[in-house]
Amino acid sequence: MPASGRWGKVAFALLVGAILLFLIAPVVIVVPMSFSDTRFMSFPPERWSLRWYRAYLESAAWMDATRVSLSVAFLTTLVATPVGVAAAYAINASTLRAVRAFQLVLLAPLMVPIIIVAAGIFFVYAKIGLITTIAGLVLAHVMLALPYVLVATLAGLRSFDMTQEMVARSLGMNRMRSFLAVTLPQIRPSVVTGALFAFIASLDETVVALFISGGDNQTLTKRMFTALRDEIDPTIAAISSLLIATSFLLVLLTGSAGRRAR
Amino acid sequence: MLLLLAPALAVVGLLLVLPLGWLAWQSIYQDGFTPEHYLRILQEDIYWNTFRLTFSISASVTVLAALLGFPVAYAAARLPPRWATVVLALVVIPFWTSVLVRAYAWLVLLQRRGVINQVLMDLGIVDEPLALVHNATGTIIGTVHVLLPFMVLPLYAVMRKIPGDLLNAAASLGARPGYVFARVFLPLSAPGLLAGAMLVFVLCLGFYITPELLGGGRTIMVSMLVQRNVELYHRWGAASAVGLTLLFVVFAIFWIVDRVLPLERVYGAR
Repeated sequence: MPASGRWGKVAFALLVGAILLFLIAPVVIVVPMSFSDTRFMSFPPERWSLRWYRAYLESAAWMDATRVSLSVAFLTTLVATPVGVAAAYAINASTLRAVRAFQLVLLAPLMVPIIIVAAGIFFVYAKIGLITTIAGLVLAHVMLALPYVLVATLAGLRSFDMTQEMVARSLGMNRMRSFLAVTLPQIRPSVVTGALFAFIASLDETVVALFISGGDNQTLTKRMFTALRDEIDPTIAAISSLLIATSFLLVLLTGSAGRRAR
Repeated sequence: MLLLLAPALAVVGLLLVLPLGWLAWQSIYQDGFTPEHYLRILQEDIYWNTFRLTFSISASVTVLAALLGFPVAYAAARLPPRWATVVLALVVIPFWTSVLVRAYAWLVLLQRRGVINQVLMDLGIVDEPLALVHNATGTIIGTVHVLLPFMVLPLYAVMRKIPGDLLNAAASLGARPGYVFARVFLPLSAPGLLAGAMLVFVLCLGFYITPELLGGGRTIMVSMLVQRNVELYHRWGAASAVGLTLLFVVFAIFWIVDRVLPLERVYGAR
């Protein structure tokens, strides 16, 4: 690693460049492939067309899956954000020792391997009839998304001066109103970041969806997974490009939310 | 105040703790208490080999991620800010891209008539296309790609805080660059390396999507054993025992590493 001499520096730069190419190439290569005209996946494509985008947009199955994924992600965000913010507020304000233990419990969804979570939820849902329901998917995703909302909101609260809220309360506001009027507007960027993370976590989640979604309520990720396992359908390239564009957009959004936080 | 915590605790309790408890119960109870599901892991070759293969693949992935991640983190930590941003962006962009999308890209790149085989044959390095996917090679390449950011980011966080003065001081006292690196820089970046290695290893142990798609159904990892026992064979007791064993191993690793090095120091310190 110590780049001694000019040749050493050049060699090191080439090495780092090659590793970065390894990281970025698979992401970049999908986009031109999605504009290919042939069924056979070659790179670079010989002729360009929008054929696979049309195939995606005209397929009822893909459209249904997209609708399911987007509504689950939206509902997940809607539930996980207030639940996570409330928990973060309690953890931040409390001095109890037990609260630290609770925080660890709430972060556990990040530590347990997802395959075990998926199998466990599958068994419980099979007993109570929540398999292949939107409600079941949303509940599972809320659990998985909670840590992201919690961590983001806690970061915001830690840099917020709680005496401001005390002042509002001493002037006669109740706790809820003082939180909504004084605290929330100031930690909003962190809450927005947490909500965006929750949305992405749900949209991206595959393993739990594989186990518990199905029938009319298949998620986009489940359909993509099945398509990838069975045959390489070029429609996936078009969907992948759209997903890459979406995640870029969301990263830019969180980036700008984060910048406003500072 | 605890009332505010209640909804979050209820969600995690009902959707994480309860299902895990259910798994634990199912793994030891089937028409009476029985250790058979755990004994099976030790006795049946398929189970034992799957665990062995999973550990060896995770070890290879961790070593490769360390070898590839170290230079990148080093470059990001030592380059001027503008270039460091570029390097970090190239690490983070794949991190934000769906694992499915990346599995798709690797399937296309690594297939028999894919770009990589084409280039290797055009350059005359190989005569026959190599079998790069639908086997352990494909699994390892795809998994390293997914987990590399988990190595680079903690390494970078630690390296960035190593004072340049320290390296200059060592050099001014007559140490050659190689010596400064081995005796000053490397030991100081060890906490990041350990944290990154633990993350990569643990995540790889339970990895499902990439091995399933790139392993071609022949490279069976522990996660796939769980999935097949649930969905294909309906052997729920076996699936539960395998899952809980995996969970135990993962938590044991977290616990041991946390003893050696309080992880909050690595992640919490910004």
